[in-house]
Amino acid sequence: MRKALMAAVTATVGFGTPLMAQDITVGVSWSNFQEERWRTDEAAIVAALEAAGAGYVSSDAQSSSAKQLSDIESLIAQGVDALIVLAQDAQAIGPAVQAAADEGIPVIAYDRLIEDDRAFYLTFDNVEVGRMQARAVLAAAPEGNYVMIKGSPTDPNADFLRGGQQEVLQAAIDSGAITIVAEAYTDAWLPANAQRNMEQILTAQDNMVDAVVASNDGTAGGAVAALTAQGMQGIPVSGQDGDHAALNRVALGTQTVSVWKDARDLGRAAGEIAAALAGGAMMADIEGAQQWTSPGGTTMTSMFLAPVPVTAANLSDVVDAGWITQEALCQGVTDGPAPCN
Amino acid sequence: MSDSARPTDKTTRRSLFASLEIDTRLLGMIGAFVIICIIFNIFTDGRFLTPRNIFNLTIQTVSVAIMASGMVFVIVTRHIDLGVGALLATCSAVMAMTQKAYLPGLLGLELGHWAIAPTAILAGLLVGTLIGAFQGWLIGYMTIPAFIVTLGGLLIWRNVAWYLTGGQTIGPLDEHFQLFGGTNGTLGVGPSWVLGAIACLIVILALFSARRNKVSHDFPVKPLWAEISLGVIIVAVILGFVATLNAYEMPIGRLRRMFDARGEVMPEGYSEGYGLPISVFVLLLVAVTMTVVSLKTRFGRYIFATGGNPDSATLSGINTRFLTVKVFALMGFLCALSAVVASSRLTNHANDIGTLDELRVIAAAVIGGTAFAGGIGTIYGAILGALIMQSLQSGMAMVGVDAPLQNIVVGAVLIVAVLIDIIYRKRLGTKA
Repeated sequence: MRKALMAAVTATVGFGTPLMAQDITVGVSWSNFQEERWRTDEAAIVAALEAAGAGYVSSDAQSSSAKQLSDIESLIAQGVDALIVLAQDAQAIGPAVQAAADEGIPVIAYDRLIEDDRAFYLTFDNVEVGRMQARAVLAAAPEGNYVMIKGSPTDPNADFLRGGQQEVLQAAIDSGAITIVAEAYTDAWLPANAQRNMEQILTAQDNMVDAVVASNDGTAGGAVAALTAQGMQGIPVSGQDGDHAALNRVALGTQTVSVWKDARDLGRAAGEIAAALAGGAMMADIEGAQQWTSPGGTTMTSMFLAPVPVTAANLSDVVDAGWITQEALCQGVTDGPAPCN
Repeated sequence: MSDSARPTDKTTRRSLFASLEIDTRLLGMIGAFVIICIIFNIFTDGRFLTPRNIFNLTIQTVSVAIMASGMVFVIVTRHIDLGVGALLATCSAVMAMTQKAYLPGLLGLELGHWAIAPTAILAGLLVGTLIGAFQGWLIGYMTIPAFIVTLGGLLIWRNVAWYLTGGQTIGPLDEHFQLFGGTNGTLGVGPSWVLGAIACLIVILALFSARRNKVSHDFPVKPLWAEISLGVIIVAVILGFVATLNAYEMPIGRLRRMFDARGEVMPEGYSEGYGLPISVFVLLLVAVTMTVVSLKTRFGRYIFATGGNPDSATLSGINTRFLTVKVFALMGFLCALSAVVASSRLTNHANDIGTLDELRVIAAAVIGGTAFAGGIGTIYGAILGALIMQSLQSGMAMVGVDAPLQNIVVGAVLIVAVLIDIIYRKRLGTKA
């Protein structure tokens, strides 16, 4: 029957001819636009593309790798000149990159790795993020029992972060100053899963936990909720992303550090690189690009931006940068660190 | 189901559609589908109805459509299966682990060995069928409501899949296995034409023999002109579909890669069409087989009899319990078949594979006119329903409708489709 329909339609309507785009158009495939942070990225990408005179089209895979493949096929069918892809799954995105490469469309792996040497990998230095998290927690708790709350098992960033954390903690582990008593992946990075894992760990360890190295602010939030339920809030907890709630926790003293990757920098860089690649530039010619070998052994052209660890010592920076208002940052804080005093 | 055998008064003047004896419901759905396509085509400046997008749409629909054809039988027998997406994930995990871990690891088969893909597919189909049969046994013999069994199954099989792979994405899958994925496995221009011609021949023969059969039993037949125009329409549609898929040419980059892989140089100006994707061919086989099963076999008649009135079906000697086992085993088999298509399309088994597919499958069956009260439903309707849903999703993504609005529209379409169906059936005086 499906044959029937397809041909009926084509026969009735006739084929449309794709319009030739006068300008460069860049397509962005988001993995999950439901998350708040990508709105910031999108605004920065759109601004950079506008400045370069390029158009913007996007689609949202709603956390499904199958839908993302369909989305990208659709973006290619719309005639985009470059793709920015926030991959839901580093490997399952392969056929989509293949399709783009077949059409000669450059692909930028935005923030998440795509294991394919035809993609340009643009992200913050996630190993460095992991190091910064561990450094801040280690400074606050030089000895004791550590819990590692890791990211999603399908996101390669989770393991980069964990690797960076291990580098910093290794010396203290070897000397016996600290012990990693438990670690858990957080399925889909969901705070609720992190909270459940943390509760189980606290139960199993009889609350004998002195520090938590959580891989992002969402999981940190889950961990802090579990700690608060046991009256243990205030022990060192790390995070990343500079979520408003997390920065508020830093001001309150329930979280030690939130490594801040300014999404506006990332978005701007992605927009500029996409416009350049669409204009015919080679990947290696992009300023700041370097060759880098992924854990899967793929040599890729990449660019790493530097993150900023936000602690009680430099909270004013995020307010000055216009990332968060002082009211939001200092909500419920009395006599806290600057600027909340 | 088809009303074609109903004796009608030949002397009354008949309308065009009545003469053709085409299901008006089907016509309505095709009409709705055509309108959707035209609207999207306008909003995308003519990009929606390019051979390329039609090719994309067909391969995007296959996985859900295969399962929807099984869901028709499940719903017709007054059951429901909430676990098809999860079962798909388990079957996909079994197949991925078989080809990437078990066979190479335990049996020492080299990666790329020809036997890997068939063995993996057989293992997956077997697991799917067994799990389906087991659920059917719980429902039919242990009399646990299907809602509960498959709701439990949703949790169990989704996480069995996770457990089997440890949450890792498994891939890239075997080269031969990937042939079922759509773009990686198409028949090419020539064989597609041959298949199309064979299909046309079968249709003509079927129409002819059905007519001869009716005449020999003194049943009323439609006028000859109606019979011939129906045949012409179907043949035109089949050939048009093949022509469309053949018209989508492989991109230059892909052709160059294929030549490079063979160590040859691509001739200047060379081009090649995709043709019919193997996955779509599989769907067509499923559609035809399931339709024949539902109309021409005892199993099919029992399903509709049981759905229409389970008590009288039992009293008249149908083993409705075993029938339930068979229906769910078939559903499990089709889930596994969908898993082949879905995972090979991604060329990987991803942990999130098939998430929310249960809702899409049920929605496709329902949009296609399967009634929850049981006893009513068609295979082609369900497949058309899947196609309509996928067209809405792809089309809205192409137009750039916001993600939340996309889901709102799909949800509204689901409800409106059923509402129209109920009104239509009330007018006809049949049960809803």
